[in-house]
Amino acid sequence: MRNIQRYIENFLKYRFLLKELVSRDIKIKYRRSVLGILWSLLNPLMMMIVLSIVFSALFKHAIPNFPVYLLSGRLIYDFFSQGTRAAMVSIRSSASLLKKVYIPKYMFPLSKVLSTFVTFLISMIVLLIVMLVTRVDFTLNIIFAILPLFYILLFTIGCGLIISTLAVFFRDVEHLYDVILLAWMYFTPLFYPAEIVPRKYQFLLKINPLYYIITIFREAILYGKMPSLGYNIICLSFSLLTFLLGLIVFYRKQDKFILYI
Amino acid sequence: MNEKMIEVNKVSMKFNLSKEKIDNLKEYAIKLVKRQLLYQEFWALKDISFDVYKGEKVGIVGLNGAGKSTLLKVISGVIKPTKGNVKITGRIAPLIELGAGFDSNYTARENIYLNGAVLGYSKEFIKSKFDEIVEFSELEDFLDVPLKNFSSGMIARLGFSIATLVKPDILIIDEILSVGDFKFQEKSRKKLENLISEGTTVLFVSHSLEQVKKICSKVLWLEKGRIKMIGSSEDVCNAYKLS
Repeated sequence: MRNIQRYIENFLKYRFLLKELVSRDIKIKYRRSVLGILWSLLNPLMMMIVLSIVFSALFKHAIPNFPVYLLSGRLIYDFFSQGTRAAMVSIRSSASLLKKVYIPKYMFPLSKVLSTFVTFLISMIVLLIVMLVTRVDFTLNIIFAILPLFYILLFTIGCGLIISTLAVFFRDVEHLYDVILLAWMYFTPLFYPAEIVPRKYQFLLKINPLYYIITIFREAILYGKMPSLGYNIICLSFSLLTFLLGLIVFYRKQDKFILYI
Repeated sequence: MNEKMIEVNKVSMKFNLSKEKIDNLKEYAIKLVKRQLLYQEFWALKDISFDVYKGEKVGIVGLNGAGKSTLLKVISGVIKPTKGNVKITGRIAPLIELGAGFDSNYTARENIYLNGAVLGYSKEFIKSKFDEIVEFSELEDFLDVPLKNFSSGMIARLGFSIATLVKPDILIIDEILSVGDFKFQEKSRKKLENLISEGTTVLFVSHSLEQVKKICSKVLWLEKGRIKMIGSSEDVCNAYKLS
């Protein structure tokens, strides 16, 4: 118990560092580009236009309001993939710092995920604009969209901690992970309806955490439904479990990082 | 004066010096099967124990590779020792690496906050000391210039000014830092002397025995990761010189 108290005190001591690291990521990302932070909006918007043109011919009848369907899934997936990827290399790219001074090491993957989360929230504005343009029926249930955002944040932090630990000991993970992310993207119904997955492969959706999160997100914003309690429980439990697993894995291995980076 | 500030308890530090670094799965699997996962073990520190009391100034001498820097890193918490433990009382300021965590794309102003945060200070604290840092580093005119346009001397000046911001309970110095031009060197030497006096506990690593004798009352002599001798600075320095 005293240990936990010590960790919390240490976290509070370094919370300004966390803030600095997050704001640095965001500032540096857009520094020297003319449009700056606007790219957080333009990028998903342009991506959506391209993908809508390509895929809407295929799924026009199966999915009403294809742009919002696509964008809602794509934004969540992009946050997950960018967040975990940034976290993955965060330990290695901070090697020079880790070798010199004491800093709680989880600050690096955590700050990467959080800074990706901030740009993700900014790009939500695009989603809102597209929803207005395509005349989605706004209902009060849109409030429930906060829940999947919370789950995906927790899930991404957990995965980021695990993958960053792995990447320290096995550099191969960095290359392998891109392939995994690509496969994961195709197994998640981002630009196709979930129903077209053949019955014998439906189980792949059922074991995909992103599928549940994206589903309840779409229910809240696009279909004006209250997300089902069952799905929420599923999301909360695997997000929390991944988060805790990430903490444990990272904590167990962090003292050895310095010998490998 | 009898408060223990640093308690080093049977600290050993092992590094695995694998001849070729195995960092991919395929190689790891092959070597595991072939049972070639033999590392050459290297003990950088072996069974080090000593205490430093409040106000003591302890020098550490030894040849290159004797484990001085590793010992400082273990004490400042950067590395966790393989065996043993270190207990620290009070606030520790390692003057080992200046400007750790500077971002070259950041301006000097932003870097002051970033580096301060890396050292564990709060925003309010850095804000209250901001002018002092700028004044000491004499970089008023370059505050909003990205650090990549700075000369290395200017960067070192900024780093030194942030690192010596507070009066710590324990000061760890790896060599006397000669920073910037001769004027600033004089200034930084005075600041260090100021920090060292007034009852601060000091750990001091140097190859200059003159400096060690001048500053320290007690000296620790490391050889190949072990304590060869520990005692009054006069005795140890003389023995070290004769070796």
